[in-house]
Amino acid sequence: MNTATARTRPDPLPNPMAIDSIKIAARQIEVYYGSKRALHGIDLDIYAKSVTALIGPSGCGKSTFLRCINRMNDTIATCRTTGEVLLDGENIYDSAVDVVRLRARVGMVFQKPNPFPKSIYDNVAYGPRIHGIAKSRAQLDEIVQESLERASLWKEVKDRLNDLGTGLSGGQQQRLCIARAIAVSPEVILMDEPCSSLDPIATAKVEELIGELMENYTIIIVTHSMQQAARVSQRTAFFHLGDLVEVGDTEKIFTNPQDERTHGYITGRFG
Amino acid sequence: MSSVSSHPQSLKRHGISRRQLYENLFLVCGFMATLIGILMMLALVASLAHDGIARIAPDFFANFPSRHSEKAGILAAWVGSLLVILVTALTSIPIGIAAAVYLEEYAGQNWLTEIIEINVANLAGVPSIIYGLLALGLFVYQFGFGNSILTAGLTLALLILPIIIVATREAIRSIPSSLRDAAYAMGATRWRMIADHLLPYSSPGILTGVIIGLSRAIGETAPLITIGALTFIAFLPPAPVQTEFPFISFAWLGSPFTVMPIQMFNWVSRPDPAFQQNAAAAGLVLLLMTLAMNGFAIALRYRLRKSLVW
Repeated sequence: MNTATARTRPDPLPNPMAIDSIKIAARQIEVYYGSKRALHGIDLDIYAKSVTALIGPSGCGKSTFLRCINRMNDTIATCRTTGEVLLDGENIYDSAVDVVRLRARVGMVFQKPNPFPKSIYDNVAYGPRIHGIAKSRAQLDEIVQESLERASLWKEVKDRLNDLGTGLSGGQQQRLCIARAIAVSPEVILMDEPCSSLDPIATAKVEELIGELMENYTIIIVTHSMQQAARVSQRTAFFHLGDLVEVGDTEKIFTNPQDERTHGYITGRFG
Repeated sequence: MSSVSSHPQSLKRHGISRRQLYENLFLVCGFMATLIGILMMLALVASLAHDGIARIAPDFFANFPSRHSEKAGILAAWVGSLLVILVTALTSIPIGIAAAVYLEEYAGQNWLTEIIEINVANLAGVPSIIYGLLALGLFVYQFGFGNSILTAGLTLALLILPIIIVATREAIRSIPSSLRDAAYAMGATRWRMIADHLLPYSSPGILTGVIIGLSRAIGETAPLITIGALTFIAFLPPAPVQTEFPFISFAWLGSPFTVMPIQMFNWVSRPDPAFQQNAAAAGLVLLLMTLAMNGFAIALRYRLRKSLVW
């Protein structure tokens, strides 16, 4: 069993024990931008320590759904969300939930690399600092190094931690953003098209990284590239016009889709 | 046939040369227009320097005004200007930045915000003497601050507040929303996001607004005359640092004062041409003070901008 890689382990879906490994359960999520309804009652289970890919044509609501999971939609004034997102059984839209704590548990990596115009060190140390995680400078140094190592960036930047994070290449910047996100030891990492502004080599590095991170984190990735979804994810959810059309084992979605729309999208007939 | 075919040709050539003529004409006009600004500035500095440079000596900075033109100096004026600007800066910068941050980040899109915004824009266009009248009624009589450095500093602070607010808002708006998202996604509260990111990243723009505002304030005359600034003053305000406990004194805030432009105004209005020289010399010093402030701002902005790439 130990030798089995994460990618080949059996999909937990048919197993009734899988209920234990549901990390996030979205129930009847509806999102409105002003009076426009962007998501129509989404029900979706996300399994722990695996990669779930959200695919679908532009404007289908997959990014909107992703942003529901760490309540980033709260920062948009006209945006309103109804329904429940249960993180380990607790509704994150409950009024008692502290958004600051939630976002420490659910990290996010954006489409365009957005490191702060601060040093590489300060970028990674930002989360631990605002959440008061490190007790001492030595411990903070340790967290920074470990995060950069996990993001496969340590070797490239260890001699210039005081250089600006914005001075790195695009692919390095995105890995820095991943390091920044994992520095607070989140349980879930949301990735919104993390490779769409990267070249193929940088993309391959980030994808490889996602495969490694899956061992410890629950990852949800929005992607426009179906090849990417097929390469990195175990489960895939297909969104279309604000509806969740189909969700299942990635292999099944790509080889034997049940819905006509899914079939049309993955074969390139629309999207 | 040949005349028909050559006719459009010549017309075309004629058209080109005409267009080139206009082109060149505009070039000359534009250049002249630019020169007017530069030449005026040079003429101004040259004229001030020619009249006043002879008076620029250590004594000029160390002497109080006097009936004798050769003994008269700008000590009271430059100390007064400096202290007034200090009060102005200490009050207008925090208030202006706080107001701008509130309007950009906290205020909702409602009628109250709109009224505030329209008012801020209008305040920038209010003639400065009106601020003097306001200060005379409010600070001098109502609050009983008298015709003091405190009153002058607060008056000028009101005057430049709109400049600082508008510049700060522009600077905040220019920060990409992706950086706000990054901070929020890390779990930063709104206040943390502002303090850790918005304000540091917008500091070059804020600084520019602050310096433009302070440069304007240092040259203001009308509102300070309105609140009763003295034109002849032969003493300095009490020193802010004392030799006895508690060492720091705020008595200078209540002291009467004069400032550079008022000193100039006073000398210019005298019949003795020797005082005109003093006025020119004071003008030169005032100009240099403003240029030094601007130069400092440009240097600091350059340094800050270097580290801000996104």
